[in-house]
Parts: sequence; C-alpha cells; structure tokens
Amino acid sequence: VNVVESGLGELIQPPDMNAFREWNRTQKSRKLTDKLMTEAEAVERFVYDGCYIGTELYGTVRCPMSLVREVARQGIKDLKVAGQGVTELDVWLAASMVKALDITYIGLEVYGTSSALRREVESGRVEKVVEWSNGGITWRFKATAMGVPFIPVRAMLGTDTLKYSAAKVVECPFTGEKVALLPALILDVGLIHVHCADRYGNCQIEGISGFSVEMSRAAKRLIVSAEEIVPTEEIRKYPDQTVIPYYLVDAVVHAPFGSHPGEMAYRYCRDEPEIKAWVEAAKTDEGARAYLQEWIYDLPDHQAYLNKVGQERLDRLVEGRERRI
Amino acid sequence: MNAESYNPTELLICTASRLMEDESTAFIGTGIPMLAAALAQRQQAPNLIAVFEFGGTGAILEDLPMAVGEARTFHRALHASGICDIMEAATRGFIDYGFLGGAQIDPFGNLNSTVIGPHHLPKVRLPGSGGANDVGSLCWKTIIIIRHSKRSFVPQVDFVTTPGYLTGPGAREAAGLPPGTGPLYVVSTLALMGFDDETKRLTLLQTQPGVTVEQVIAETGFELIIPREVGTNESPSAEELRILREEVDRQRLYI
Repeated sequence: VNVVESGLGELIQPPDMNAFREWNRTQKSRKLTDKLMTEAEAVERFVYDGCYIGTELYGTVRCPMSLVREVARQGIKDLKVAGQGVTELDVWLAASMVKALDITYIGLEVYGTSSALRREVESGRVEKVVEWSNGGITWRFKATAMGVPFIPVRAMLGTDTLKYSAAKVVECPFTGEKVALLPALILDVGLIHVHCADRYGNCQIEGISGFSVEMSRAAKRLIVSAEEIVPTEEIRKYPDQTVIPYYLVDAVVHAPFGSHPGEMAYRYCRDEPEIKAWVEAAKTDEGARAYLQEWIYDLPDHQAYLNKVGQERLDRLVEGRERRI
Repeated sequence: MNAESYNPTELLICTASRLMEDESTAFIGTGIPMLAAALAQRQQAPNLIAVFEFGGTGAILEDLPMAVGEARTFHRALHASGICDIMEAATRGFIDYGFLGGAQIDPFGNLNSTVIGPHHLPKVRLPGSGGANDVGSLCWKTIIIIRHSKRSFVPQVDFVTTPGYLTGPGAREAAGLPPGTGPLYVVSTLALMGFDDETKRLTLLQTQPGVTVEQVIAETGFELIIPREVGTNESPSAEELRILREEVDRQRLYI
C-alpha cells in the first residue's frame, strides 16, 4: 500500500492491539463483582499522573463532571487527553493539568472560544496539540473497539487538520482511491456518565449514545458514574438497553446530578447561570483558580458540591428537563 | 425592536433559513444554523430533517438547543443514535446539506476554526474542527454562514480546518474526498455568494439590503468574482421576524 501523505503530528498513544488483547485477558475480570465505590476511591485506584484519559459525552451533556472534579481535586498531573470538551476539559486546562492533547474541539459552544484553552496552548504549557475531527477521534475509538490498529475514513483529507494529525493517507489497495487511515486510540482511563448502572457495571443510557459505545470498548480502565444504581434484575429485564456490559467496567460510582452543571436527558436540564458563571470566571487565570478553589478544592466530595448547589436549584433543573411527549 | 428594523444576526438567520429545503437532511450546528432550521421548519420546510452530530435525527425544534448534544436536538425526534451512526450516514451520502461557520474563509471556501498564526505557536488558539471537517468533507453541499469583514475574508486562511474547494477545480477529488461535494453558498452580513462553476472561486450573487457592491468588495480581502448582474436579497419579512422573536428565540438568547 502506497503512503501518499503522513500527518506531522505525534502519535501520542501508539496502539498495540496484541498488548491490548493480553491486557483484556489478564487485567479485566469476567467475574460479576461489586465495583461500587466513591469518586475518590475510583480516581485514586485508576487515574494517575501522566495517564492518557478520555471523557464522554462532553461538558454540558451527560458528562462525568463529578469524576472530572475529583481528578482535579486529587491534583493529577501531566494528563494526555483525547477529544472534544466544554466545561470538563476547561476545568483540567484551567488547573494546568494537561500536557498533551489529541484535540477535536475545545470551546464553550454558544459562549465562544475557551479562555483556558487559549492560555494553556498559547503559553506552551500544553506541549503537544495534535488535530483530529470529531468523527476522526470517534473512529479511532471504533478501530480499537474492532480490535484493529487503524481504520480507513473519507474525512480530514486535503486539509491542515490531517497535516497536523498523526493520520496517513494511502491509496486503497482495492479501488486506488485515496483514504485517510486513522490509528486506533487506546485510553489508559475512560470516564463515562450514564443514566443507570448496576453494581457490576452494566450500563444503560437514555437518549443519544454519543460515543459511549466506542469509547467504552477502547479503554484499559473504565470508570462509570451513574445517576441511579439499579438492581441487576432491572438490567436483566431490559438487556437490549445495555450499551456498556459489566466486563468493560472497573469502577461504578453513584453520582446523582453527576453531569451538573451540564444536563442529563429526561432527568434534568443544564444549569445555565452556573455555566455562565464558569465562562465568566475562566476568562482570567485568577478568576478560574478562584472558581476551582470554591467549587472543587474546598469541597470534600460530590455530595458537598450538591449541597452547595442546593436542593431548590436542583429541583428547578429537574423541572426543566426534556420530557417524553 | 419593530418589524422594520433587524440586526445582523437576524439577517444571517433569515437568509440561511430560506436556503433550507423541505424533506432534505441537513447537519445543524450550534447557534445561527439552529435558529435558521427552527425558522425554516415553521416556513417552507416543515419536514426539514435536522441532523445533529452526536446522534439526533429529525428533531422538532420547538425550543432552542444550547449544545449539539442537548436533549432538544432529539426532542420528538425520529432517531437518537450516536456520532458514528451520523458520520457514517454522511459518508454513505445520506446527508444533503451542512451548515458551517468559521473565523476565516478564503476564495475557495476553505474554513479556519483552528488557529490564528502558526500551529506550533498560535497567536489565537481557536476551538478546532469539531465536526466541521467531517461535515465539510462528507455531506453533499455545505452552506457557510459568516460575518463579513476583511479580517474574516482572507486570501489564504491560516489553517485549513474544513475543506472548501481546497486549491481549485478537481482538488477535492484529487485529495480523495467524495466527488460532487463542496460548498454551495456563503451567507454573510453583506452578501449572498456562490462559487463559480469553472474556477470554484467565490462569486457574488446578491447584496444584502442597503449594501452596495463596492461595500462588499471593500470588505473582502481577496478578489471576489462580480457577475454582470447582481441581485439584492430581500429584507427579513415581518412574519420571519415575528416567528424568530416570538417563537424561535423567545428568551433572546441569540438575537
């Protein structure tokens, strides 16, 4: 196969599919064991300095914010991070915890560019920035999910997005057409927030699935947080609703309102004033750090965070939720 | 605000909305495309199938989503799936239109939303491609919505995040992108533009109401093709503005 172009970006996490198979054979239990633990325990056990980490879906939508805040609280350093993000990657960037980025999109959507991203990248504190598209990074997870070292796609071609990625362009051996080959991406740790899980880690999601299917299969360690912990009998009643089976999961954390200030489809809506408060605070380094101090470092855990938000406000978010009508 | 006056955002929304076709599939991003799609569903395109990259297909846009994965992107929708399903549908040729924005655009409709300045030491680090590159690569026709100024209409973008016609005729196909794809229109605060069939360069079609051709030329940082006849776009109608203000964006989050 003729390689006609190679992206200049570093392959931050080179894939080794045989090592991944071996990992899955030796490090991932098939036993139905109780994996329920707190955010603090899960992060202590599975997240470490310099690890390559990914979050799903993103900051304001079904995002594992209680886990993201715990990673910040424990001061994990030199993270290598995959993907797109709004408030979750903003928190890590604002706390200067990120060393390398496989970036697709980090911004604040309707509120514009991310000041934290700008500060960290423009100052060089984030040392590596490798570009991908949203489809691209998800297809990289999909390659891992398929157990193969790369995946051919028809996006990114002809652009600087490809030039500054670690993709390669080849001539298809069957048709002669150019296709982009994206390397499989294996996370050291993945964080996913779901609607329901049992203690073993069988997970069910309502609404769009984002890239939970692909990412959950592309992580050496997977920490799941759930709005609700349900008996396994409930899972067995609706096995067709299970998107992440237990054997992929290393830790299950009970995190009601775990996506706050983001939303959870059919459970609660986004907390617009709180998102705006972060956008404003994060405009300066001092503002961001004061916010992190108040809302993360000064609070022992997620329950303390929810207490600070207050029941009245949480009730209003439930009231504003999307309804099945 | 009365029906006779409107702001630049309302003008962009109304112009883009009129280009939306009933019973077509269209990628909708955060912001102006969402408002345009919500307006189009209440006007000429009740069965516009809005496609959101993280999995929503066929939502009825009663309330404005604030994010491309928000529950309103699959409010009373036909399908709630995931990003692979959507991007793969686009790869197979199922998505007709894509609506895109960017910080910079060049004469071939290439878009930059990644960096201003060099990539290794950017003057401004922008959010990055997100789904834009996938949309610009894979759907049949893209429609670009952008505010018009010399700073945004530049001879060469600092970074080609999303492909337009790249370096000209045949360049997309030569790069391996699906044939028959590329930008169709550019909607700006000053004009509606298209692309010349032969050269694939940006061509003026209509000026916005009250704007002269000279003003468009003066605010464009490269040579724009000016055909002999240039029309004038119609102002947002009283009915369009009423729908926008009273139904689509009641809380005035965007307009």
